[in-house]
Amino acid sequence: MTFNIEPTVLWFLASIYGILCFASLLTAFLKWRNPDKQYGELIQRVKSWWVMIIIFSLAMVSSPVISLVFFGLISFLALKEFFSIIPTRRADRRVLFWAYLSIPFQYYWVSQEWYGMFIIFIPVYLFLFLPLRMVIIGETKDFLRSAGTLHWGVMTLVFSISHVAYLLVLPGKEGFSAGGVGLVLFLVFLTQFNDVSQYVWGKMLGKHKIIPKVSPNKTVEGFLGGVFTSTVLALLLSQYLTPLSLLEGAVAGLMISVAGFIGDVTISALKRDIGVKDSGSMLPGHGGILDRIDSLTYTAPLFFHYVYYLYY
Amino acid sequence: MVLFVLGLNVRRREKLPLKGPAIFIANHNSHLDTMVLMTLLPKQLLPIAHPVAAADYFLRNPLLAWFALKIIGIIPMKRNRERKQENPLQPCIDALNNDQILIFFPEGSRGEPENLSNFKGGIARIAEQLPNVPVIPILLHGLGKSLPKGEALLVPFFCDVFIGEPIIWTGNRKSYMEKIHTEMEALSKEGGFSAWE
Repeated sequence: MTFNIEPTVLWFLASIYGILCFASLLTAFLKWRNPDKQYGELIQRVKSWWVMIIIFSLAMVSSPVISLVFFGLISFLALKEFFSIIPTRRADRRVLFWAYLSIPFQYYWVSQEWYGMFIIFIPVYLFLFLPLRMVIIGETKDFLRSAGTLHWGVMTLVFSISHVAYLLVLPGKEGFSAGGVGLVLFLVFLTQFNDVSQYVWGKMLGKHKIIPKVSPNKTVEGFLGGVFTSTVLALLLSQYLTPLSLLEGAVAGLMISVAGFIGDVTISALKRDIGVKDSGSMLPGHGGILDRIDSLTYTAPLFFHYVYYLYY
Repeated sequence: MVLFVLGLNVRRREKLPLKGPAIFIANHNSHLDTMVLMTLLPKQLLPIAHPVAAADYFLRNPLLAWFALKIIGIIPMKRNRERKQENPLQPCIDALNNDQILIFFPEGSRGEPENLSNFKGGIARIAEQLPNVPVIPILLHGLGKSLPKGEALLVPFFCDVFIGEPIIWTGNRKSYMEKIHTEMEALSKEGGFSAWE
């Protein structure tokens, strides 16, 4: 498991910083044009993007171990947010401890490139183990609710997210030099950019609500605009960052865009159920970690298996 | 370390005074409470911040006593008076007269996790004697889940720290305690926490 930084990766990171500079200039310009409007949240958002992208890109280019630890930390913070907002049972303290403990194990399998263990550890072994641990404690009230919610959390926030990390350890191929880092950048960039572009399209053209019960601000126009933008972008970027052909790249973009939307509204439904607006307060302007990686919980496993099936 | 494993969600940090004397009063559910409250203070204030803690618990063996007195800097408080005329609050009054910051848990013990129990009247006695010292109410939530009384295994949760308005001396102890109670209830309601069962 080694990787060195390819020029394409560096170029791509440089362009992301370019986009960030553009976003910062744009918000500064908006503020200058309409001084009486409130742009506080937008400015905070862009600022948080800077922090996130700087940390993310450092984690990606430093060393393979640091990159994996970085994704492990994301899983930890997200799972902690999840366990903090859902109603947990007092009897389950020790069960939660084991759920947390699955994170180092899962990322260790990734570091060893032990695909078989990586793919069954949480869906099978942990799935069987957590209820066992609950039974030993012996609290039967709300047993099913607890077993269900805890495993749902570990599946989405540890299992799904660890697929991003597994992309990282996939080797390069002939005619495709960017390697695992390229795949990760492609996935993460498109997932996040798709969020932003669905939001922007929705603000510009949005009229028809797409899923008012769960997320009243999302519109059909925003969704379709995002799908279009992401598909075109994916088609172009896939040629540099992935081994995918033009058509495969476009399909990947379509998939990431639709799956990203579903991931987003799934976490929205969760928050609506619990009755919180944001999952946390770690990222000013965004909310919590969970609010930022919601789309990734869907796009990561789907994109991973798409590439894995086609090329590995 | 505490901050990474737990993660704090602090509301209105700017309400904390940046000099002594002052009293922080908080609900008490975990040994972590003191650590968390200490992390809220800027580094240069740490030497003047003192948790007020039970002498019978923290001074029960020399090692713990050394740690509590020298490292954490507690002010030991005798929960059982030996002589009647002895005022158990006198060390607190002295410290406040020396411009120190006290961390005070008026529930008197960690109690049932994530449950607000009644505040004891000692705080009103201090406020009566020193009505100009700001008393800042702080609501802690989540720490009782992470490390409740009688547990040694720490399980990470994000914890909430809500800071309220300073509580001004009302003129008598009873109404003062009621005012504290109302303020803590209001802070607790602000979080909309569900009971931990």
